Formats: sequence, structure tokens, C-alpha cells
Amino acid sequence: MSILVNKDTKIIVQGLTGKTGTFHTEQALEYYGTKMVAGVHPKKGGETWSSGVDSAASLPIYASVGEAREATGADASVIYVPPAGAGAAIIEAIEAEVPFIVCITEGIPVADMVKVKAKLEKSKSRLLGPNCPGILTPEECKIGIMPGSIFKKGSVGVVSRSGTLTYEAVFQTTNAGLGQTTAVGIGGDPVKGTEFIDVLEMFLADDETQSIIMIGEIGGSAEEDAAQFLKDEAKRGRSKPMAGFIAGRTAPPGRTMGHAGAVISGGKGGAEDKIAAMEAAGIKVSPSPAKLGETLLEVLKG
Amino acid sequence: MNIHEYQAKAVLKEYGAPVAEGVAIFSADEAEAAAKSLPGPLWVVKSQIHAGGRGKGKFKELSADAKGGVRLAFSLDEVTSNAKEMLGNTLVTKQTGAAGKVVNRLYIEDGADIERELYLSILVDRTVGRPAFVVSTEGGMDIEAVAEETPEKIVTLPIDPEAGVTEADAAKLCDALELTGAAREDGMKLFPILHTAFVEKDMSLLEVNPLIVMKDGHLRVLDAKVSFDGNALFRHPDILELRDVTEEDEKEIEASKYDLAYVALDGDIGCMVNGAGLAMATMDIIKLYGAEPANFLDVGGGASKEKVTAAFKIITSDPNVKGILVNIFGGIMRCDVIAEGVVAAVKEVGLQVPLVVRLEGTNVELGKKIINESGLNVIAADDLDDAAQKIVKAVKGGA
Repeated sequence: MSILVNKDTKIIVQGLTGKTGTFHTEQALEYYGTKMVAGVHPKKGGETWSSGVDSAASLPIYASVGEAREATGADASVIYVPPAGAGAAIIEAIEAEVPFIVCITEGIPVADMVKVKAKLEKSKSRLLGPNCPGILTPEECKIGIMPGSIFKKGSVGVVSRSGTLTYEAVFQTTNAGLGQTTAVGIGGDPVKGTEFIDVLEMFLADDETQSIIMIGEIGGSAEEDAAQFLKDEAKRGRSKPMAGFIAGRTAPPGRTMGHAGAVISGGKGGAEDKIAAMEAAGIKVSPSPAKLGETLLEVLKG
Repeated sequence: MNIHEYQAKAVLKEYGAPVAEGVAIFSADEAEAAAKSLPGPLWVVKSQIHAGGRGKGKFKELSADAKGGVRLAFSLDEVTSNAKEMLGNTLVTKQTGAAGKVVNRLYIEDGADIERELYLSILVDRTVGRPAFVVSTEGGMDIEAVAEETPEKIVTLPIDPEAGVTEADAAKLCDALELTGAAREDGMKLFPILHTAFVEKDMSLLEVNPLIVMKDGHLRVLDAKVSFDGNALFRHPDILELRDVTEEDEKEIEASKYDLAYVALDGDIGCMVNGAGLAMATMDIIKLYGAEPANFLDVGGGASKEKVTAAFKIITSDPNVKGILVNIFGGIMRCDVIAEGVVAAVKEVGLQVPLVVRLEGTNVELGKKIINESGLNVIAADDLDDAAQKIVKAVKGGA
């Protein structure tokens, strides 16, 4: 099993016709035939998108998410719309009742995400991101921008706030021979859809996921909240072997480190507190980002 | 983006918040005229720098017993003499670091009779994804110290983005700040005003410390610190005009021109990485092997050759840099693009320090080939661990 997406997931693309949307849709189609079913563009409804790498691959474009969903029965949407319009694009997907929305866009104003979050809470949709690399289930489905070549079908669930550190964890678990069930990038923004806890709950419930890697970073308290959740679940007898990493031990307070959410403010959100909380919840936290796979193997050996 | 106190007050005044009258000056010659235009007989001369703790700060060039960065003046002469002493000198506060910040602007403000000092701020509470008020009766001091010593004196109130600040919300804030009479009436008006300003102007932080109750019973915004969401500045050209580049690191300004996320640090190993998380992790692993990073630099997912060249130049322009680590895990970012950018930059600016390159991911073989065939003196690394050890050894070993 996998979580959230599999070989049957049907996906529409908001922002398909731009350079980024086109490139990553081509890549997704090439990745074990991920079921990309349509694009959305308000002014290009009725047109057809063609892949530049595979002349046989083309997708219909609809004027709205609602139309695209009705015509294709899509259960997911991926958003590559530029930041100024991305908030509105997410809201359009929520209003069209798309069950799973993945927003890749980086740089959305926080105020726009506050509006999205308010809509999201009253809906049945799940949002992943924004400012995230997406989600990938090996050999089945790739939504977003993760490089498919480093994945291998296997037993590790990967969840991370950082894109490139997700790749490190995936690459290292592939090299360690473990492989992945699903890798989920939850994104680096302060206000977002899916949090660590949501993904951890799904990994705990998934039979094929035998171990988990969780990668956090400075800012906020999502890692501490996740650690508390894991402790509570362990008391109920639900737990899996876990390794982790926190980026930003050397980051100075008060400075935003690339990701809008990666900032230590008011003395809160520092790396050491997060590491302590995760260790207390039974996660083996690697001091080095180069030893995620090794650390997980150690945990598995006991 | 940060702005100065006087600019923040002007923004808040537009929304109807009660602030004192004041005039910003850039030279001591303007001090007397500025003070004369205000009611007096008490004036406050305030250093305008993008850092807190100004009142308790010390000027580097003045004697240790000289007054701080915020001074009271009881006559026009005192306003001028203080302005002369403060302008052009370097103020060191708890937040500036040891280097301090040069005071290029002063704000001459009408004095106030203070009865009580309160704390108020608005920021986005990420656990609920909403703007939230943070208030305390313990104003005028470091809020982190209050949070540490008496956390029960801090009250947090998230605001429903669709309803805004309701009467009930405003009343809760008044209660938390123990406001009565005229101050309570002022508060009921002020809190919605501040929230509106926060939302409409896309602020990331609005901090009023202190908010004061004056002897006449009314509220006044005595100090104001405002930061804006950098991602929303495209829709606020008026705010963008308030940017004071003299407050920013030159390398950071240069980086922002190329849309590079760069933060200058104190160490001696320059880093160029793709992805914010990996860039932080690269700093961490340098430290783990006993050295210090000179910067945080995320070239981003879709960097061009030009962007990589600019990034490389910014790193080498830092005189503290004694070695450079390029760490790329190509997802969207192709390794050959990075390699071409590095080669082009080195050919243009030269290479005086050791350079370790670690490439992984999309087009990695092509990237390695470009580096190898360039004839440059580059140390290749197999993985992140190897890369960090090699650059630390190259720098520490005095190579």
C-alpha cells in the first residue's frame, strides 16, 4: 500500500501551460504513466496541450477546475500557478471539491494562505503545500517536482518540510536497499495544508510502511506537536521505527532561512528543542543529513 | 522587509491609530526646526535603526556613561545637542550584534506623560493559520523575558479572518490589558484598526512596545515596529518605497537582485546549495565537522547559469571566505546548469580559495564532466558527508 496517491489517482494540472507546469507534467507522464488527465486555464478552455517529449501525449484543457473535474472524474489537482494567483487557484480547487490538492508554488503571500486555510477548514479537501515538492509513490504516481530516478519501491515512509532534504532521505534509503512506500513533502511555508501529524497518522495506519523518516527544520512548533502525537499513539500501542533530522542548528535567530517558515522568532522554533522533543518520542535524530539512511538501518537492527 | 519606527507610525496613523506628533531628520541642522514644529515642552530624540533595544543601547564612539539611543530633551538646545551627538555614530544594542548600526536618521517626537506601559503585537499564529494578537500588561520591556519569567502575563487571541476583530475580541483584549474608562474606549477602536492595517498592508509583524496609557487616561502607540511579508510586496509599491538599503548587508542586497535567498554569517566557509532545507543542513554539517559557515545561500529550484554565476560572485566577494562548498541535489535543478555557472564564474572572477563540489541527481554525470574538463582546481566529492569533510580539511589545513 501507499498513502494518498497510487496508480489509479487521476490528476488535473492548474498552470499546465506555463514552462514549469509543462516540464513537470511531461516528467510525471514519463514516470510509470502517472495518470495526468487534464489541464486548466481560464482563457484556453477547449484547446489541447501536447507534450514536447512524447508526441503521442496530449491533454485536454478546460476553462475551470469544476469543468475539468466533471469531465475527467479527477481526484487530485496539482498547482503550478505563479504566487500572485496561486491562493485563488487553491480556492478554486476547494470550491470544485477536489479531494486532494497539491500546491507546488513558492512565494504565496501569507495573508492569501490565511484565507485558503479558512476555506479549507470548512471543506472536505486535503491540501498538500504550498511551497512543497509534492508527493511520490514509487512506480505508481508522481505529483510535483521530485526526481523519480532516485526512488525505489519499498518500506520507508518519508515526510519532510524541505524538498531537497526529501531527496536526500529518498536517495539514502534507496541506497540502503530499503526503498519507499510514499514520500511526502509538506512544504516550507508557515501556513499550510497538511502537517506532519496528518502524514504520520497515515504512515502508522499503512501496513506496508514499516519505518518512517521525518525531516523538520527551524521555525514554528510542528515537530514538537508531531512528537507529542507520536508519544500519545505509542501509549495506545501504535508505533513504528523512526529516524529524523532537523535542519537549521546553526541558523541565527530572527533571520528567515530561505523558506518563509524557517525562522527562529521570539526565542521559539530553535533546532535543539525540536530534536529533544523528537528524541523523547523515540525518534533517532541523526546529527548529519548525510546519515539518514544509516541511522534508520541502525534503528531497524535495534 | 523592515521599516523604521517613524515610517511605521505614519502607516498606522493613516488608519487612525493614536501616535504622537513627530518629525524625521537626517542632519543636526534640521533638529531645532523639527522641535519647534512640535508642542513641547518635552521632546524625545529617537535613533532610527532597524533593531530593538535602542534605549538601552550604547554609542561606540561615545564614552561608556553617555546616554543611549533614545533620549529625552527638555529644551530646543538639548534637542540639537543630542542630535549632534547621535547622528553619524554607531549604536550597539542587544539586537545589532557587536558591530552596531550607524544612526543616519533621528525621529524627534512630542513627549508623553506615561501612566502605564503595555505590550501589544499582531503576527500570524502558524498553529491555527490566523493572525493573532499577543498582549501583556508588562510593556516597555523585552517580551521574551516576560515569556520566560511570567508566561501567565501574556495573552494570545487568534482572529477569525472572515469575521475580523469582533466587539467580543476587542473586549477580551481590553480585559487582558486591564483597560478602563477612556483607555478602554480607545482600545475598542484601536484593536480593529491595527488588525485592518496588519491585513491590508500584508504585515508579518506589528509590534507596539510599549502601548501606553497616558496620565490623561488615553492610549497612545509609543513605539512601533513593523515588518512586511516579502512575498506580498508586489502589491504594495508604497511600502516598497520605504525600504532603507543602508540598513541591509550589501551582499544580501546584491543577492535579492537575482532572487537568491542569501543570509550573511560570521564563518569562513562559503556555501552554495539548492533548496532551503539542504542549505541549512549544509551549514549544520560544516559545523558538525568543526568549521563555521560564512553564509546561507539557496540558489532555488530553477536557477539559470547567470544566477549561479551571480551567487558565486557574491560568495567570493566576502573577504572572510577561505573555502567554498557547492552542494547540489538536482531535482528540478540540473547539475549541468550548476556546473556551467560555476565554471563561468570562476573564469570571470578567479579562484583564490579551495572549492569542493558535490553534485547529485538530474544530469549528474554531465555536470561532473563539465567540471572535470574545465581544468579548474576543483575538489570533487562523492556525497554530502565527504564534501563537508573535504572542505573543512582544506580550510583548516591551511591549504
